[in-house]
Amino acid sequence: MEELSIWWTDSSLWLVAAGTFLLSVSAAVVGSFTFLQKRSLVGDAVAHSILPGLALAFLISGTKDPWWLLLGALISGWLSLMVMDYLSRRTKLSQDTAIASVLSVFFGLGILLLTYIQNQASGHQSGLDQFMFGQAAAMSKQDLWVYMGLSMLLIAISILFYKEFKLISFNPDFAVSIGLPVRLLRILQNSLMVLAIALGIQAVGVVLMAALLITPSAAARSYTDRLRSMILIASLIAGVSALIGTAISFSAPGMPTGPWIVMGLSVIALISLFLAPNKGILSRVLLQRRNQRKISDENVLKAFYHFGERQGTLAKWMELEDLNKVREFRLEELQAALKRLLRKGHLLRQGGRYQFSRAGLDEARRIVRLHRLWEMYLTTRLRLKSDHIHPIAETMEHIITPEIEAQLLEDLDYPEKDPHQSPIPYQS
Amino acid sequence: MSTEGQLHRAPVLEVHNLSASYNRKPVLWDIDFRLEGGQIAGIVGPNGSGKTTLLRNIMGLMEADSGYVKLFGGDLKDVREKVSYVPQRESVDWDFPVSVREVVEMGRFRSRNLMRRLKAQDQDLVDQALEKVGMLEYAQRQISQLSGGQQQRVFLARALAQNADLYLMDEPFVGVDAATEDAILGVLSALRNQGKTVVIVHHDLQTAYQYFDSMILLNTRLVAYGPKEKVFTKETLQEAYGGRLTVLSKLSEVIAQSEFPVRERGFKENTGSGDGGA
Ligand SMILES: Nc1ncnc2c1ncn2[C@@H]1O[C@H](COP(=O)(O)OP(=O)(O)OP(=O)(O)O)[C@@H](O)[C@H]1O
Ligand SMILES: [Mg+2]
Repeated sequence: MEELSIWWTDSSLWLVAAGTFLLSVSAAVVGSFTFLQKRSLVGDAVAHSILPGLALAFLISGTKDPWWLLLGALISGWLSLMVMDYLSRRTKLSQDTAIASVLSVFFGLGILLLTYIQNQASGHQSGLDQFMFGQAAAMSKQDLWVYMGLSMLLIAISILFYKEFKLISFNPDFAVSIGLPVRLLRILQNSLMVLAIALGIQAVGVVLMAALLITPSAAARSYTDRLRSMILIASLIAGVSALIGTAISFSAPGMPTGPWIVMGLSVIALISLFLAPNKGILSRVLLQRRNQRKISDENVLKAFYHFGERQGTLAKWMELEDLNKVREFRLEELQAALKRLLRKGHLLRQGGRYQFSRAGLDEARRIVRLHRLWEMYLTTRLRLKSDHIHPIAETMEHIITPEIEAQLLEDLDYPEKDPHQSPIPYQS
Repeated sequence: MSTEGQLHRAPVLEVHNLSASYNRKPVLWDIDFRLEGGQIAGIVGPNGSGKTTLLRNIMGLMEADSGYVKLFGGDLKDVREKVSYVPQRESVDWDFPVSVREVVEMGRFRSRNLMRRLKAQDQDLVDQALEKVGMLEYAQRQISQLSGGQQQRVFLARALAQNADLYLMDEPFVGVDAATEDAILGVLSALRNQGKTVVIVHHDLQTAYQYFDSMILLNTRLVAYGPKEKVFTKETLQEAYGGRLTVLSKLSEVIAQSEFPVRERGFKENTGSGDGGA
């Protein structure tokens, strides 16, 4: 327990946590655009290509000063981008081949340099391997402040140019056509990416950097259809994973941060895939169930309506047996639907008998109207025989949206009767 | 309107001896034409005839091998805000996480408002543009939830929001149903009636005759250009579309009899006076 209390009061832990948090968030923000531009592979290649730059910067300067390292990273990152661009433009190599060759050549060179450094018996070499898998805890306080400041700068620039970045990611040709400085914006965006990667490497290392860049937005995308919220959610995911990774790596000395952060990310991404609203697997199952309920509710309302129609009045208390004269229901399904309809205020109950509320009657009219309108449409427009149309209309009535209904009404010119000569009910 | 119509007879678009290629493979050969304002013009040719390439060259999206383009008598960079470009629909990723409204807002981006939010006036223009193409009620929808025709309308709305004088559109009628086709034609003829110029890349001969006032018939080289009656002859069509289409000779015979049987359209009623510089 003593260990734990050191844990909580250790101010350097908090600083490191804040540092990895910011590094990860800035990578996620910048990476959102990389992800949307479908340049994930490029991001990965740049991350690997930064290694020789870092090693050379260390060799030349003899220190792990963050400015030197960043300079080296920026230069080799940019160099790799330009080589990739040149190869895919000027040679017959396909783009993925160009990316793969650049990645392996640069990374190989980096490993070579790293091995050379480690074989030299200089006192400084220890800790360079943190570049492979990241070791946030190994950063000094001063370094952390530099990295944090730069991360915030990256985030600020991304916010400042949000509007333009959105456009050049979505439709670069149009951006050129309106005279935006697209070349400069591209250079800026690439620099942000290289810098974000160079910074993120401090937290997760070269090998796993692409995951930090791309996974948060890939996971966030399944929660939202808006760029703004996608970036926010991606930042949140990256930030939380960073905190988890830092905590774990602190509790076990010598444990690298990178793999744990990426583990956190992957778990969140997997969960997102299953649980995300709209797109997640779970939500699709739920949606199917909701649709099923909607269908049975509407069928019950419709059955009451048909019965009322036969009786000549809709303002009447009706028995459940009456319903079965119109349509067969499974008992449990019927009970559940009635309960929901009561709760929604579509039905009123007295003893065992039911009556439409005003809202319920409107709803029932709407359903019957959609059914009959659709039958009209099928017979008049698609020229189907009137004895074939009922089952088709039976499913469509639950699906037709108000927009489509308006179109149908206009198209059919507000018909009075359906093909079976039943009146089409409009709102009273 | 009619006096204003005279003013727009000055050439809005001039293309001088333009040649272009991809990887040294020539795609456009020595294209040379001028287009007067206040009309709807079609750039017509079979698939792969270089229509998109011509448009991209006009918009400075690729570098020509030789020749040059003049817009409103000057250089593109001086008249950017008077020119609106509508790319081919397939050229963007419709799964991109933006709403209809956000796309149309892009029509108000300028290098002047770099890094800045759009103003209230810009937003008003966006609303009006959406309303004109009948997409206002879909403003908040994500663009992947639109039909092909609705996507074309969104692009059209973005162009309208630009409030330009010359509109260059790449295949705005592809994947569009009859209702959207009418809506688009209505918007375009309204633009022409304001004295603006619309240039449309189009590959379908069947409809070209009814849509356009004048035509630029293209097949790697310029086959013919001018008022549609002059361009739409058996010889030129055969030349542009080659022996590939036998339907074509039949079609041009029908046209030769001058009564082209087409559905009556709203915008046809306005053609009389504005019809290509006869
Ligand atoms: N990016 C490119 N790289 C190489 N060749 C290209 C490229 N784009 C087009 N081409 C070639 O240039 C020629 C003209 O293409 P372009 O897209 O201008 O034709 P188009 O008339 O617009 O055809 P479509 O009706 O199919 O849109 C075609 O043969 C095409 O294969
Ligand atoms: Mg084209």
